[in-house]
Amino acid sequence: MAAEPTAQESRSRDLDKLLLRPGNLVGPNFEPGPALRDDLKEYGRVLVVGAGGLGCELLKDLALSGFRKLEVIDMDRIEVSNLNRQFLFRLEDVGKPKAEVAAKRVMERVSGVNIVPHFCRIEDKELEFYSKFSIIALGLDSIEARSYINSVACSFLEYDSDDSALEETSKPMVDGGTEGFQGHARVIVPGVTPCFECTIWLFPPQVKFPLCTLAETPRTAAHCIEYAHLIKWDEVHSGKAFDPDDPEHMKWVYNEATKRAELFGIPGVTYSLTQGVVKNIIPAIASTNAIISAACVLETLKIASGCSKTLSNYLTYNGAEGLHTEVTEFVKDKDCLVCGPGVLIQLDTSITLEKFIDLLKEHPKLLLSKASITHRGKSLYMQAPPVLEEMTRSNLSIPLFDLIGKIPKDVVHAIGTTTKNDKKTSCLRKLRVVFKGVDGIADMDTAGET
Amino acid sequence: MAEPKTKYDRQLRIWGEQGQTALEKASICLLNCGPTGSETLKNLVLGGVGSITVIDGSKVELGDLGNNFMVDESSVGKSKAKCVCQFLQELNDAVKAKFIEEYPEALIETNPSFFSQFTLVVATQLVEDSMVKLDRICREANVILVLARSYGLTGLVRISLKEHTVIESKPEHFLDDLRLNNPWPELRGLAETIDLDVTDPVAHKHMPYVLILVKMAEEWSKSHDGKLPSTREEKKEFKEHIKARMTALDEDNYKEAIEASFKVFAPRGISSDLQQLIGDRFVEVDSSSSDFWVMVAALKEFIENEGGGEAPLEGSIPDMTSSTEHYVSLQKLYQAKAEADFLVIEQRVRTILKRIGRDPNSISKTTIKSFCKNARKLKVCRYRLVEDEFNSPVLPELQKCLTDEDYSVAGGFYILLRAVDRFAANYNSFPGQFDGVMDEDISRLKTTAVGLLNDLGCNGVTLTEDLINEMCRFGAAELHAVAAFIGGIASQEVIKLITRQFVPLSGTFIFNGIDHKSQLLSL
Ligand SMILES: [Zn+2]
Repeated sequence: MAAEPTAQESRSRDLDKLLLRPGNLVGPNFEPGPALRDDLKEYGRVLVVGAGGLGCELLKDLALSGFRKLEVIDMDRIEVSNLNRQFLFRLEDVGKPKAEVAAKRVMERVSGVNIVPHFCRIEDKELEFYSKFSIIALGLDSIEARSYINSVACSFLEYDSDDSALEETSKPMVDGGTEGFQGHARVIVPGVTPCFECTIWLFPPQVKFPLCTLAETPRTAAHCIEYAHLIKWDEVHSGKAFDPDDPEHMKWVYNEATKRAELFGIPGVTYSLTQGVVKNIIPAIASTNAIISAACVLETLKIASGCSKTLSNYLTYNGAEGLHTEVTEFVKDKDCLVCGPGVLIQLDTSITLEKFIDLLKEHPKLLLSKASITHRGKSLYMQAPPVLEEMTRSNLSIPLFDLIGKIPKDVVHAIGTTTKNDKKTSCLRKLRVVFKGVDGIADMDTAGET
Repeated sequence: MAEPKTKYDRQLRIWGEQGQTALEKASICLLNCGPTGSETLKNLVLGGVGSITVIDGSKVELGDLGNNFMVDESSVGKSKAKCVCQFLQELNDAVKAKFIEEYPEALIETNPSFFSQFTLVVATQLVEDSMVKLDRICREANVILVLARSYGLTGLVRISLKEHTVIESKPEHFLDDLRLNNPWPELRGLAETIDLDVTDPVAHKHMPYVLILVKMAEEWSKSHDGKLPSTREEKKEFKEHIKARMTALDEDNYKEAIEASFKVFAPRGISSDLQQLIGDRFVEVDSSSSDFWVMVAALKEFIENEGGGEAPLEGSIPDMTSSTEHYVSLQKLYQAKAEADFLVIEQRVRTILKRIGRDPNSISKTTIKSFCKNARKLKVCRYRLVEDEFNSPVLPELQKCLTDEDYSVAGGFYILLRAVDRFAANYNSFPGQFDGVMDEDISRLKTTAVGLLNDLGCNGVTLTEDLINEMCRFGAAELHAVAAFIGGIASQEVIKLITRQFVPLSGTFIFNGIDHKSQLLSL
């Protein structure tokens, strides 16, 4: 029988120090030992959302931090301008799905790691898909996508009858973001820390130029570009949509912007600036992505193993002027629609599913249109795909009370669209439905309910 | 070939062609290619540095596969420098990648002149003794040194070079240079030609706030013995005057004027930072002075003469509510003044160069122009020798950090990172490196740390038992996530140093991976 390799010879030589040895500055549930290391391999399932600058780093860092079961989801294909930081991609990969190439490259390098790629939109996956992960790591550059994943993760959080969050149902997330030399890393434990929506004010929507400035008093190169992009394009190309990824379209906008700038004596229109303004390009470099992802994965390891305390709860990094890091402990919004116990809705037992869906459109806190409804993982009505719509259509005429098994008080989930900053976005809401006059539950005149 | 431009698009938007050219000219030497070193270089190779030379004498072991992405199964038993170098090369074929299979410690001892060929040396995972020796070598040879170390859940990054001067410091928030408190004759002249009481409402709401403020400041000073508002009451009154000139509630230009009125009240002249810079002893230039200091000498003369106490005008204005004509003519006015200031400084630079016996044209127009544009934002970073810091750190700073409620952990790690090297020098291994002698190592490390604190003169400071235990638990482990964090910072600093843009970190960055309350120590 071959001898068991000693710690110094083992692949987990370095990680073992942290996972096998007891310590005092550790998480409350830390149980050091080989079993912990093996459990991490076996049961530590992490989903990486986004396979871009942060996602590539996250996958590599997780694969080298004791995790073996990873999945990654991304709808984008590789572009040349990714190559200065998305180190898992090569020139010959341009055009291929990011998730697939990233997964393949990490598996080739780190043996024993399994990564399942998903080349699709995050909204294409059902709730159940997300529920199987122990932790979700977000490497995204859009607020809308963060908001959506956050609402998905928070939807798994259950509350007891006293409205206290049941921590064992909480699905932790780590979230990173970068711009130039700056970035943030945060830990979100629904029910414990603020969720993304609790602190949405940290991400103010981008200010747009007033249309009258563009049309009448342009002053900067960006004004000329946006005029060509938002006004002139539609005037000239009746009905044809502008495609930012079509170089011909971009060239046209650049030429129009140049003409306008010349007319008004405004300097500074370049092709590069045109792309930057039109596509809202955020400058990005490898080092910042590396720093932020590393912080996220270190926290993932700590959450999963308890091997140290965790970040509480928001780290900002700024490397532009010297080096500044700061930890801020943000607080939960107890009235948060997303991580709170859910929006309370009182209903008559006779109300049909169709009526209920209509009601969500009007509800002042929700304004949710085209909602699909699920109850305990089971689809009650699905707007899409057509085959599921057809299968669930017959439920529309049945009272909701009957559909959920005549339970007087329960939680259902609604996924639909809502309008935020003039933009239609997908959103998921947790709804607590209470039926009037059932089983001793008197008409609840809950204070604050609308 | 359009490829590189597209490939580097996202970073060119940060440091421009000039920064990229500097990177492509740089030759970087890496000492030790564990994960900390490999990750540092990975980020630099992706960004397109000119060349890298990887130096490591060790062979790849099984344990390296668990923390280093730049080795794989097939690397075991082979030269680590070679394997890492090969994988790094895959990331970017524009980079010249070389390796030398040798231990850095040996190179430092036997071949110090080796390092003078590089722009910058990144030294990772070195112990105190080697750091001190290498630092002396690099300082002597004028090679930039970046030290990086990952150790369990802590680590450090430190820069060492005599002086780093930055023209393009690119601060994120900086007051624009509008001179509303001290307008030059042409700006005053333009303001005189406008009528604030114009009856056309469209014209009234498109008068840029710069002209409103210059005009109203002029009116104010005429009725106040040539002074601008200075007391709180006066400032309030001035804002009331602006408000009174509004003819409709939706006049954004007037709202902007009220918001920007503090620019009228701001004291004239240069900032204390710039004052300090032109008072620096290096301003007395001679033939050995750098271009930067020659230009600062010219700047000093300008401020004391033509500038009338002000730096050259930056020449750009922010966007503001305005008609296109007014805005464009303002823009031209600011540009013209900046150009005039530049010409004066250029003349002074040429004269100084001649005086100190250099070719008067040895500093390019572009450089002087950029210097003038950034005159208010110039930065000088100086770094102590590592040896000096180790022997006599700035005690009040160290004491403050060690006793600070939030940051004492980072302070403690600074001491412990040095204590483990003393420990290793005495006992030939790091505390907790091997299993089975934990308790003994903990008490030895404690004694070593107490000894170090005494030697430094930090009497009365104690490190917590918990932190000492933790340091022993780490057992010199190089965790990938920590290495990626430390390596990420090291590469970011390298980029700032080489492009000479942005401001590199000053002091020693101590990473606290327990709760991320890291600290920058200026010792
Ligand atoms: Zn919330």
